[in-house]
Amino acid sequence: MSATLEATAPGRFGEYGGAYVPETVVPALNELEHEIPVAMADPLFLEELRGWLTDSAGRPTPMTYAGRLTQRVGGAQIWLKREDLLHTGAHKINNAIGQVLLARRMGKTRIVAETGAGQHGVATATACAALGLRCVVYMGAEDMRRQALNVYKMRLMGAEVREVTTGSQTLTDATAAAIRDWVANVRDTHFVIGSAIGPHPYPVLVRDLQRVIGDEARADGLERWKQLPDVVVACVGGGSNAIGMFTAFIGDADVRLVGAEAAGEGLVCGRNAASLSIGTPGTLHGTLTYLLQDGHGQILPTHSVSAGLDYPGVGPEHAFLKDSRRVEYLAISDGDCLDALKQLCQLEGILPALESSHAVAAAMTQAAGRRPDEIVLVCLSGRGDKDIDTIRARVPELG
Amino acid sequence: MATAFASRPPNAGPGVIPYITAGFPKLDDTVRILREFELAGCLAAEIGIPHSDPLADGPTIQKTGRLAIDNGMTLGLGLEQASSARAHGVSIPLVVMTCFNLIHAYGLGRFVFDAVHSGVDGVIVPDLPLEESLGLRAICQSLGLAFVPMVAPTTPDSRIRETCEQATGFVYCVSVTGTTGARQNVGPEAYDLLTRVRNCTLMPRALGFGISGRAHLDSMKGACEAVIVASALMDSLWERGHADAASTVARFLDEMLRDPT
Repeated sequence: MSATLEATAPGRFGEYGGAYVPETVVPALNELEHEIPVAMADPLFLEELRGWLTDSAGRPTPMTYAGRLTQRVGGAQIWLKREDLLHTGAHKINNAIGQVLLARRMGKTRIVAETGAGQHGVATATACAALGLRCVVYMGAEDMRRQALNVYKMRLMGAEVREVTTGSQTLTDATAAAIRDWVANVRDTHFVIGSAIGPHPYPVLVRDLQRVIGDEARADGLERWKQLPDVVVACVGGGSNAIGMFTAFIGDADVRLVGAEAAGEGLVCGRNAASLSIGTPGTLHGTLTYLLQDGHGQILPTHSVSAGLDYPGVGPEHAFLKDSRRVEYLAISDGDCLDALKQLCQLEGILPALESSHAVAAAMTQAAGRRPDEIVLVCLSGRGDKDIDTIRARVPELG
Repeated sequence: MATAFASRPPNAGPGVIPYITAGFPKLDDTVRILREFELAGCLAAEIGIPHSDPLADGPTIQKTGRLAIDNGMTLGLGLEQASSARAHGVSIPLVVMTCFNLIHAYGLGRFVFDAVHSGVDGVIVPDLPLEESLGLRAICQSLGLAFVPMVAPTTPDSRIRETCEQATGFVYCVSVTGTTGARQNVGPEAYDLLTRVRNCTLMPRALGFGISGRAHLDSMKGACEAVIVASALMDSLWERGHADAASTVARFLDEMLRDPT
């Protein structure tokens, strides 16, 4: 079904996507593009991938009915797809395992990755430890401070974490640094990009490795509810959990798809990361997509309480899905995100990641006023243990 | 631009194409620096218009770019400075180098039109490989702006051939598998690339990335038609050029270009 969406050319979603990269890495992208369909058609590779996802990562993940939250909101039933229960604590492991297996298959011996919240870095470090590849993770200095626990975890897993001190010292700078490393070491190194961003074929590869989320949820839901959900909600930074969730439902015209991006401190003040809500098309990190940029094409600084959404761009397929109106994108403020996080803790005993809390907040607004037999399905993309320090600073009344 | 390459004496060795980040060290230093390039006898000049998030640049070009952006440099202003350089008698070919997003934001057609009318001869877009450059190349061709493509040591021969068929002006040969930055030696992969390019095209070859001084220039005699000097010159400007950029550039180029005999 998604093939129909990639209408115009390979690697394009409408006008978005493409591969705006230095010539040095073009042959590596071509090699990857060639290798993906071969691997994905190889029963041995698929069996190996499936084995790692079930025996190591913990798939399939359950769906949880958030009964008390539903009661509090007073509307449609809110169900959670529990990617937070995966090994390493987020959906990122789906992609990391797949890409590291692919890299090994292509004969690469070294992995570079970028990370924002650290979840992708931890997932990649974990996959590399398990599969025996060298791993270098680039991380902005600001994010290393915000996510110190994950930095240490990556080092425990044997990864080298390199601090990026350029620009805003967050995900965007880490991504550029990882790409530069890749440019310099492209012969033996594979770049495990963590979201559905970057040059073709990465947005397609990451989507295809993450679509297991939506495929599972759709089948599970049909069996349980004997119907499809009415609304499906996911948070969008680069947008990998969202595209993984949405892809299974894109052909179901009656299912409303909602992406929640970070409004930060507000859409008018400039301290946000809402590239789909207020951005304009441009190229960043190899892809044409919506960006937070000034009129001259310079990338603007971003802000979100959640490091994983703190990114000035978004996956190109989301740009296309916005223009085509198949997905509706809302912006959720830091305050609403923290409020949703507290509610999920206190009503369900689940501590969601700050990223995922944006989706919970959006789901609460979507559920309100709906009939009780309607269903709102939320991708709970990760757990919030990594965010304890940030939450503690924002919610000081608990000590 | 073709004339600039063709008019060099047959045994002269490679010409020098120095790079300047427009708006660095100070916003209005660009024209003075371009005049020094002309006076020093450079073959052409490369004017870099900085982007906030460059992918192919090492630390030196990144930091000069950051400073130039903070100084207020934009693509439009860079073209105005090129025009001003022409008005001040700079006659060597001028080639603008910038990230695609700046051209995208400016408008492709408007950029090529304004570039031509500012006296710019060519454009290099490091993040616009062959597959993505069709639109810009077509506009460049119709308005007479050279589209200078890049080839790298990782580029296979078939792709070099395809790329060179689309080239106008010269072919930018990337000397290393890596980002920009001054290096000690020109490695074997650079010579190998230059040979492979010569087997594919008669277009002049300019070698860039890592070229830092006189020794490199001498060692490249006969191996290519030009060398591009960027990070080494920018390092020198970063360390010494804030007070008097023009004389720092003049000294650097004098050391590089002066006839040793």
